Amino acid sequence: MSTATGVAAADANRRAGGRRRGHSRGNSRGPVGTRRRATLVAYLFALPFVLTFSIFMLFPLVSSLALSFTDFTNRDISSPLAVAFVGVDQYAALFGNDQFVRSMLNTFYFVGVGIPLTMIVALALAVALNSGISRFRTAFRLGFFAPVVTSIVAVAVVWRFILQPDGLLNTVIGWAGISGPDWLNDPAWAMPAMILMAVWRNMGTLMIIFLAGLQHVPQDVLEAAQVDGASSRQRFFRVTLPILRPTLLIGAVLLSVGYLQFFEEPFVMTGGGPLDSTLSISYFTYNQFGFGNYGLASAASYILFVAIALLSIVQFRAFRSKD
Amino acid sequence: MAASQIRDTRDEHRPEDGRDEPSGLGSSDGPTVPDGRGPHAARNIRRHGSHRPSTGRILTYALLIVALVATFMPFAWMVLGSVKTQSELLRRPPTWWPESPTPDNFAAWFVDLQIDRFFLNSTVVAVFTVLGNLLFCSMVGYALAKIEFVGKRALFVLVMVTLMVPGVVTFVPLFVVVSKLGMVSTYPALILPFLASPLGVFLMRQFIMGIPDTLIEAARIDGAGEIRIFAGIVMPLCGAPLATLAILTFLSSWNNFLWPLVVAQNEDMYTLPVALSLYSTGQNATNYGILLAGSVLVITPVLVLFVALQRYFVQGIAMTGIK
Repeated sequence: MSTATGVAAADANRRAGGRRRGHSRGNSRGPVGTRRRATLVAYLFALPFVLTFSIFMLFPLVSSLALSFTDFTNRDISSPLAVAFVGVDQYAALFGNDQFVRSMLNTFYFVGVGIPLTMIVALALAVALNSGISRFRTAFRLGFFAPVVTSIVAVAVVWRFILQPDGLLNTVIGWAGISGPDWLNDPAWAMPAMILMAVWRNMGTLMIIFLAGLQHVPQDVLEAAQVDGASSRQRFFRVTLPILRPTLLIGAVLLSVGYLQFFEEPFVMTGGGPLDSTLSISYFTYNQFGFGNYGLASAASYILFVAIALLSIVQFRAFRSKD
Repeated sequence: MAASQIRDTRDEHRPEDGRDEPSGLGSSDGPTVPDGRGPHAARNIRRHGSHRPSTGRILTYALLIVALVATFMPFAWMVLGSVKTQSELLRRPPTWWPESPTPDNFAAWFVDLQIDRFFLNSTVVAVFTVLGNLLFCSMVGYALAKIEFVGKRALFVLVMVTLMVPGVVTFVPLFVVVSKLGMVSTYPALILPFLASPLGVFLMRQFIMGIPDTLIEAARIDGAGEIRIFAGIVMPLCGAPLATLAILTFLSSWNNFLWPLVVAQNEDMYTLPVALSLYSTGQNATNYGILLAGSVLVITPVLVLFVALQRYFVQGIAMTGIK
């Protein structure tokens, strides 16, 4: 046994009182000593993480909340403690700010339409891939997943090109006799265009998750339903979907945490326009930061954080109900 | 291959008369089951489709192929556009195949736009972020999984709670911290905040928990210290999750946008997405040849990596999504 353990054990025994001293010297480690030493070792292992985590995550997280109750601006960086406490003024200002309210509505629009669409497309792909086809299965999976790994900035640049008034998309739908709008310059169409791109980029993630879920649907249950005369539609809606429910929920929550923060898409594709129709909460926050209104920016980001936290709670529940 | 052949031959037999075959095929299921009328019936129906292409199957393939083409269209359009001249890109209706392919758009990035510098920045940041995560996350993961210590639960809860904290919530105070430390536009500012991610900790903990305790206890009894156990026993077993973590971290680092945009204020420190986004929203917003070439340069390394290591990518998504 290592000497350090021995020392710790002896130390523990001393503290436990003289009575047991003679007795326990031989058979080494008392529980308290090992535990203390283990704690020390454990914290040594955790130290690098705890350090960077505290400085770059915990501290900013807490100070972001603190900032949101002050009138901190970029001029206060040199003396951060000299700022004035303004209570909930920043939050009140936000809800009185048409642009912020607009950005909230836009964000909910993006999430509220984007999530169901992405889920339906991803589920359709997953079901198709799981329907017993064997040829090119891996190739299909790879192909549908490929957009997930790409930089949003880079694909947003490409999509901006595709979405031009006479770009690729309008050319293709023109074959069907539809004359497409000027997607990104039309306040009514800019957001749908952005959602279309988000579906394209993110369907792969959900497809993989759903595919894994589908493979856990017990075959014998489906076969039993089939023997009982259930049509394939009934089997899907009455057997597969209910079994898949937790997976669907987790997928939805995971994705909406990402969708709630959307920023790169409008930053690259529209600059938040036209007429603020694609301004997201993240983008609003970034703009306020750019103007130097750090207090206001923090308040806006915390509102977003609360929305995301609520979703996370839902997710934890979903996790728990699975066990 | 062999398995599908066996199945095909069985299919030839079955629909004809459904007689009990002599168990000559030697496969473990199906033919050797003596009575099993129920399962046979179900299998019959399911197999029926697999040897002769049914309309359903053809429809599935058609749908998948259309979806795959649509998914790849933006990539194809990007690559084709990146070698077109600006005048060809402006032509309406758009040309499909480049008339006179030119490398000029790529050359512009290397000659005028110092993309080698942005590439270097992205690579340096990604490599250090990955290395940091591999080491630090597995260290904490090991402590959380295999050492009993005071505060373990609190540490784990902290990790879980911050799993979902979005960058937009912390970037304002983080920027204040980094400014106070005089680190704006430096590599440490780009790397340190991502050096140890809660997601990585969670992933490593989950995996290390699955390593049998007896293995570690045995080593402890043999007198191995925790560091030796960690480096000599645990880490060598962690190949798969480390690969997954490396890929996930690389991906998020390479595609990371908001924080580099905020903190890299000096052009020499731009990462690829920052450089591309600022170029695309500046006065060159319509210079699509160069923009598409830039997108190709940003996306290609990741796509190549993805195709080479696709198993781990998919594993990573499934892991984070399901467990």
